[in-house]
Amino acid sequence: MAEEEVKVFRTWSSPFPLRVIWALKLKGVEFDTVYEDLSNKSPLLLQYNPVHKKVPVLLHNGKPICESLVILEYVDERWKQFPLLPQDPHERAKARFWAKFGDDKVLQTMRMDVLLKQGKEQEEAIVSTIENLKYLEEELKGKKFFGGETIGLVDIALGWLAYHFNVVEEIIGVKLIEQQKFPLLVAWMQEFSNIPTIQDSWPPRDKLFDRYASFRKAALGEHTPK
Amino acid sequence: MAEEVILLDFWSSPFGMRVRIALAEKGVKYEYREEDLRNKSPLLLQMNPVHKKIPVLIHNGKPICESLIAVQYVDEVWKDKSPLLPSDPYLRAQARFWADFIDKKIYDIGRKIWTTKGDEQEAAKKEFIEALKLLEGELGNKPYFGGESMGYVDVALIPFYSWFYAYETCGNFSIEPECPVLIAWAKRCLQKESVSKSLPDPQKVYEFVLVLKKKFGIE
Repeated sequence: MAEEEVKVFRTWSSPFPLRVIWALKLKGVEFDTVYEDLSNKSPLLLQYNPVHKKVPVLLHNGKPICESLVILEYVDERWKQFPLLPQDPHERAKARFWAKFGDDKVLQTMRMDVLLKQGKEQEEAIVSTIENLKYLEEELKGKKFFGGETIGLVDIALGWLAYHFNVVEEIIGVKLIEQQKFPLLVAWMQEFSNIPTIQDSWPPRDKLFDRYASFRKAALGEHTPK
Repeated sequence: MAEEVILLDFWSSPFGMRVRIALAEKGVKYEYREEDLRNKSPLLLQMNPVHKKIPVLIHNGKPICESLIAVQYVDEVWKDKSPLLPSDPYLRAQARFWADFIDKKIYDIGRKIWTTKGDEQEAAKKEFIEALKLLEGELGNKPYFGGESMGYVDVALIPFYSWFYAYETCGNFSIEPECPVLIAWAKRCLQKESVSKSLPDPQKVYEFVLVLKKKFGIE
């Protein structure tokens, strides 16, 4: 069998490449990592992702795959051990639905409106996020992970909830995922984080805090409190 | 085994059209139900409680929401006819990438063309053409994005062709001179019954857009 060359283009902080890292590690795939500085993108990144110029990019035997959820499906199809998607078509459709929901309705709102806005706009974004988190709480009923007994595509796509989300909560001084409101989600966050592959992969918290705080500061202006 | 397939849809929705085309390509018999989006049916609200949107594909009582997810579902369930996604994982990833690109760009930018004017509209028109040109690049000299036959990306994109006349008229510009290869591709797709029967008359779409503009107080 020919030697596989697998490379992941990532940054130290972004949750999107982290998904790819998790998937590869869980499947026991050997890979190299290329760290990008997004303020100074490498010629290779621009060559491999000319359309979006973003991370992650997975390079497999010289061929690039872009967009984290697309990469996850590719990885799942190429390396069959530790399957991330179920076999049943309807269950697969549900998994894809929740992964997309997380990105469109929770992640987008958190990193844009909750983190970078204030006043009424931020309040509305917080209310919206909590409403959408309720759907995720509901989805966890009777399950340890979104994927069932073991983690799957949805857990990996939502993984940032278990770490990055709390950094935003701390910066804005508002707790959205409260224990009494979201007992299943809180339990899931702990279970997910306890997985050694996940635990070992989180970026340094203080650095992440500083980074997000600086985004907020830049978006709102220096004179803004918090 | 009796299959019950229902599609909750709205005639002018490009997202709904995707599922119509996929079902037609596979020769699946289904019941089309037109939703009144100002008065959504209890079934729609029950089957898509999260987004309350169409299209919703209901197969033997189970709902599948989000158009591209539904198209993939149709491709996986009725896998013996007209495969939409290729079998090679790398080519599948490319198809998914471009379908995602279409989702990110075409609808929202297209919407800006008919809901804005002045500089904002000009910027939207420019962005729109740029996105179409990237897609033209991906098409290359293949007859379809899927190669010799229509595939996932073709199904994802062709519905928006029924909205081009509305975009062009509202935006006072012409797409064909900028993207002749893409327009040739669109006309090629329309030769197929699965597409021609699934897309509405562009003139009707334009009239619908005018009604919406009036309703939203645009222009």
